[in-house]
Amino acid sequence: MYDAIIAESITISGHGGDAIEAYSARPMQPGPAGGVVVIHHMPGYDAPTKEIARNFAAGGYNAVVPNLYFREAPGASPDDAAAAARAAGGVPDDRLVGDVAGAAAYLKGLSNSNGKVGVIGYCSGGRQSFLAAVSLPLDAAVDCYGAFIVGTPPEGSPLKVGPIVDKVADLSCPLLGLFGADDTHPSPEQVAELEKALQEAAKTYEFHSYEGAGHAFFSVNRPAYRPEAAMDGWQKIFGFFGKHLA
Amino acid sequence: MCTYLTEKIAISGSAKGAGGWFRVTDGSVYFDHPVHAPYGHTLNIDFLAPGQGPSARVAVELSADSARGLMKAIEAVLESAPPGLE
Repeated sequence: MYDAIIAESITISGHGGDAIEAYSARPMQPGPAGGVVVIHHMPGYDAPTKEIARNFAAGGYNAVVPNLYFREAPGASPDDAAAAARAAGGVPDDRLVGDVAGAAAYLKGLSNSNGKVGVIGYCSGGRQSFLAAVSLPLDAAVDCYGAFIVGTPPEGSPLKVGPIVDKVADLSCPLLGLFGADDTHPSPEQVAELEKALQEAAKTYEFHSYEGAGHAFFSVNRPAYRPEAAMDGWQKIFGFFGKHLA
Repeated sequence: MCTYLTEKIAISGSAKGAGGWFRVTDGSVYFDHPVHAPYGHTLNIDFLAPGQGPSARVAVELSADSARGLMKAIEAVLESAPPGLE
């Protein structure tokens, strides 16, 4: 089987037509292939997130990771960029939606695209994945332990985001949610509240909460990594995208 | 980076980063996921000079016990410094 992929830094058109950095990983087969926008976690546009994009490419998907902190810190290392973005209050919601729209347009414009695009996000990106899916016409969305879809940041937090569960009626695609039962942001109660909202809005969704796992259990380079949850989670993700992006 | 707890302070002094010494004007203190330290959460301090861009940053990530020990050591040293030197 021919399984070559190409992975490279590119420039895409983001919110407001801004040129922003992105990381693209694509299978070299002629396709047709579905596309995945990968939204990085709060620690930034880092090596493990680029590895996630390559994993999607190896699985047959075109993937792109927009650098959401590019405007605050062009050329800075991911940790410095994340510190600057964190201090600035995080990524504004409208800018996130514009950047994901630009990333989706890039994927749809690829010669091997099948025209379908999904989104996946981790940590703060989990909330942003949901935000993109209630704001843009997408084909699938995955929320990995995104906080503040339900609930608000603690008082004194620099993060300037609020709950967006009230937008659930606008969800444009099926949603897969992967959570850690020991997480506090989002807590199991908040996950239950989101699930209730999805049920009341008659949306298609699939939630899985892993016992013994907390926040960031997919992060292979952190003590939070939980191999069993992460491996099962990856299976769920590929199953979900296989169903909705094929 | 997901407790979102942060204290920001104005500071005056210098720090040595990858590009050498620079004047710092701002500090961020937060308890959150580290980038490098082998703990779930750490007390993180960023010494910053925002006017020189996001890379003008000296960062430390300390275990909670280490941070408390550092606080005591700083207080002890400042208390024992001869008067009139500040």
